[in-house]
Amino acid sequence: MQRIGVFVCHCGTNIAATVDVKAVAEALGHEPGVVISQDYQYMCSESGQELVKNAIREQKLTGVVICSCSPRMHENTFRKAAASAGLNPYLVEIANIREQCSWIHKEVANATDKAIILGKAAVAKVHLNTPLNSMESPVVKRALVIGGGIAGIQTALDIAEAGFDVDIVEKQPTIGGKMAQIDKTFPTLDCAACILTPKMVEASQNERITIHSFSEVEDVKGFVGNFTVKIRKKARFVDETKCTGCGLCTEKCPMKKVPNEFNLGLDNRSAIYIPFAQAVPKVATIDPNYCMMMKTGKCGVCSKVCSVGAIDYKQQDTIIEQQYGAIVVATGFNPINLDKYDEFAYNQCPDVVTSLELERLMNAAGPNGGTLLRPSDKSHPHTIVFVQCVGSRCDDEKGKPYCSKICCMYTAKHAMLIREKYPDTEVYVFYIDVRTPGKNFDEFYRRAVEQYNVHYIKGMVGKVTPKSDGKIDVQASDLLANEQLHIDADMVVLAAAIEPDKTARPLATMLTTQMDTNDFFTEAHPKLRPVESATAGIFLSGACQGPKDIPETVAQGSAAAAKAIGLLCKNSITCNPCVAHSDELMCNGCSSCEKVCPYGAITYIDKEFRMPDRTTKVRRVASVNPAVCQGCGACTVACPSGAMDLNGFSNSQIMAEVDAICK
Amino acid sequence: METFTYYPGCTLRTKAKDLDTYARSSAEALGIRLEEPADWQCCGGAYTTAKDEIATKLSAVRVLNSAKESGQPLVTVCSACHNVIKQTEYDISRDEEMASKVNNYLGLAEPYTGGTKVYHYLEMLRDVIGFDNLKEKVVNPFTGKKIAAYYGCLLLRPVKALAMDDPENPTIIEDFIRAIGGTPVIYAQRNECCGGYITMEDKAQAQKRSSAVMDSAKDMGAEMVITACPLCLYNLKKNSGSDLPVYYFTELLAEALGLKEGNHE
Repeated sequence: MQRIGVFVCHCGTNIAATVDVKAVAEALGHEPGVVISQDYQYMCSESGQELVKNAIREQKLTGVVICSCSPRMHENTFRKAAASAGLNPYLVEIANIREQCSWIHKEVANATDKAIILGKAAVAKVHLNTPLNSMESPVVKRALVIGGGIAGIQTALDIAEAGFDVDIVEKQPTIGGKMAQIDKTFPTLDCAACILTPKMVEASQNERITIHSFSEVEDVKGFVGNFTVKIRKKARFVDETKCTGCGLCTEKCPMKKVPNEFNLGLDNRSAIYIPFAQAVPKVATIDPNYCMMMKTGKCGVCSKVCSVGAIDYKQQDTIIEQQYGAIVVATGFNPINLDKYDEFAYNQCPDVVTSLELERLMNAAGPNGGTLLRPSDKSHPHTIVFVQCVGSRCDDEKGKPYCSKICCMYTAKHAMLIREKYPDTEVYVFYIDVRTPGKNFDEFYRRAVEQYNVHYIKGMVGKVTPKSDGKIDVQASDLLANEQLHIDADMVVLAAAIEPDKTARPLATMLTTQMDTNDFFTEAHPKLRPVESATAGIFLSGACQGPKDIPETVAQGSAAAAKAIGLLCKNSITCNPCVAHSDELMCNGCSSCEKVCPYGAITYIDKEFRMPDRTTKVRRVASVNPAVCQGCGACTVACPSGAMDLNGFSNSQIMAEVDAICK
Repeated sequence: METFTYYPGCTLRTKAKDLDTYARSSAEALGIRLEEPADWQCCGGAYTTAKDEIATKLSAVRVLNSAKESGQPLVTVCSACHNVIKQTEYDISRDEEMASKVNNYLGLAEPYTGGTKVYHYLEMLRDVIGFDNLKEKVVNPFTGKKIAAYYGCLLLRPVKALAMDDPENPTIIEDFIRAIGGTPVIYAQRNECCGGYITMEDKAQAQKRSSAVMDSAKDMGAEMVITACPLCLYNLKKNSGSDLPVYYFTELLAEALGLKEGNHE
């Protein structure tokens, strides 16, 4: 005979204000098998847990139902409490009467009725609960960092510092990411390259860090502590181990008209190239779309001039397979495409540029050697208009609903740098709001306004149009003066919204992690678990989780490293015992479950069965690897014969809950 | 030969006869039969955005229904008519309350709740005939002519209802100009308002707007301006003070197809 205890939490007024908790405890006390039913103000508190533990001991309970908040919040708390009182933790059920009841209802009568029904369902389920025991699974002491920007570099350095091996996978030929393209950093105006490149070098020289540049993650299998990852090392047609990065091939290459991605197409590079002087690894890469040898078979200049024989036109992509205990996602961001913003004439006029393009135009290693010149005629611009929030805080589908966070500060930086270097230039900034929370940020913006006399105008730009004399007409409104303005500008700079990198979504599918509607990775808890994804063993670093500036990115990169280190320090981890299992007598070997399993946990085996007439027969049946199964339950739904079942969420348990609700 | 229900609109019977005449002759040459419904009325001239106002939308519903009954798509040519009819179609197929009010009033044999495909003549050229096919039929191309397309405000917006082209960087008239052999001129004011009806109230404002349009086109080297809107044509001609000629796009179309004596030089 079952002896079930029911414990109803008030959660202060969170539950008790909308649900009559005493009535719930009273009603559930009459359910079959329930021997004790109590309510308490904070069940998760020390004394609340004590109440549960005492009841388990005194009443010799065989099952516990807690009517409280979401199981994501405190299921673990109560399972631990039960275990310490000698009850198998998987005999505890949570009825969520907060998120799914008190928070969403207004009328006490309705909410109380619903809370009772939810409690009854949990009681019905716990009747069928069986004790489950967790297994241990070993942790591979190696981490993978996906993305080699400042976020990924910081994470990798910190993990390596703790004594674990780390691999960085970077899709570009060099690590460095967006920060390598930036000229100066706010609010200190120190040179981005000067603080980034030492870290890049440190990463490449660290014995524990392996950099897979020009590589992409192709497949991820396994689970926390034991991921198996396939990495595609794309053919760069240069032997990385031989190339010394001397750059002679890039000088001699006759094909010099290839748009230079690093300078955002503002100048050209050769078909064989090293992205920039401080690239890591400093190894050349051949662009097969432009290389004459690869396209027509005629040329081979680079191969002739290379003194170490590193050029290999026949190089193929290679696949590396490696085991990892933890994975950190650091895939970063990109400015949005401005094709849908034709009112700003970005595609019509070369002198309308994005802020990232301006970084390159002002950078000493950029297309103009650091002198700010108009892309169209290489003349010095005298009037520059900055437009903020291009695609950010946008209420229609062409832009992004969120604030990109970094634009106010980098625009202030650009405006200030231009006024400092070219005092004869008039600089206008059009803004909706200026958002400068951050250490020394508002002081920085005020310096731009007060000390550098940048014209900040509250209002949006309506239309940007190139004129026949080469000037650009900027039509805008000044909201504070209530005026329509026309500014004859020489250059217009658009602070484009930022969005997650396009590779993030397919990666999220591979990692079975969640994303929000904007394709930013979702953290496990917005306040309390900001660097973990909801999938165990997957951590988040940098702007892939949301817009961030460099200090925040570095802080989060280190935080993700700390979480990964915490995992790698363990020799083994406890597995979730709520995994699938197959009833071999019912399994008809159809493979439906194998096809839907996202973790590759199901295989088929040929097994000998004894038939009623004492003959034997070999049948093909499903077999679940409990160490790989994550308990998602997809197989139990797909199984046509009902052979697949999930521990802790068996078909009979679910049906008992449904029956209790519908009674 | 494909048949369309053709809604000319009242201005095309009076001030804008050229827009109408050459739309008809060109369509015939391009293998399209335009069938004018017997009972069409004025579109109302401007779409009333008031939700509880249906009277001004009834004539648009009548012509939409008439096209539906004949099982043909509807084609319009005047920007204002197109705007009103397209917005009416958009709203009646989404707003049940408006649809029921309209149908209660009209008492049609079968209630009209949307479903008629509405083309502007330019869309018909682009989507039904195809600019490439049009190009092949041109006998009298505008080679070397720098032509400025003037969209005005009614042809492109509101973008959800009109859904013709990108309202900030439209290409349909430019593509038309290329199809008839001309060189399109891109200029700032091509999708800005000409002043519209304000010319009745405040002539100075209309003069300011239409001269901004014409000056901008001239500044970018245009030799002529074309439009699909009778009111735009009026403002650009009478209120801008510019000497740049303004034509309906159908005039150039007819000329290119050899159906009209030219303004080529």
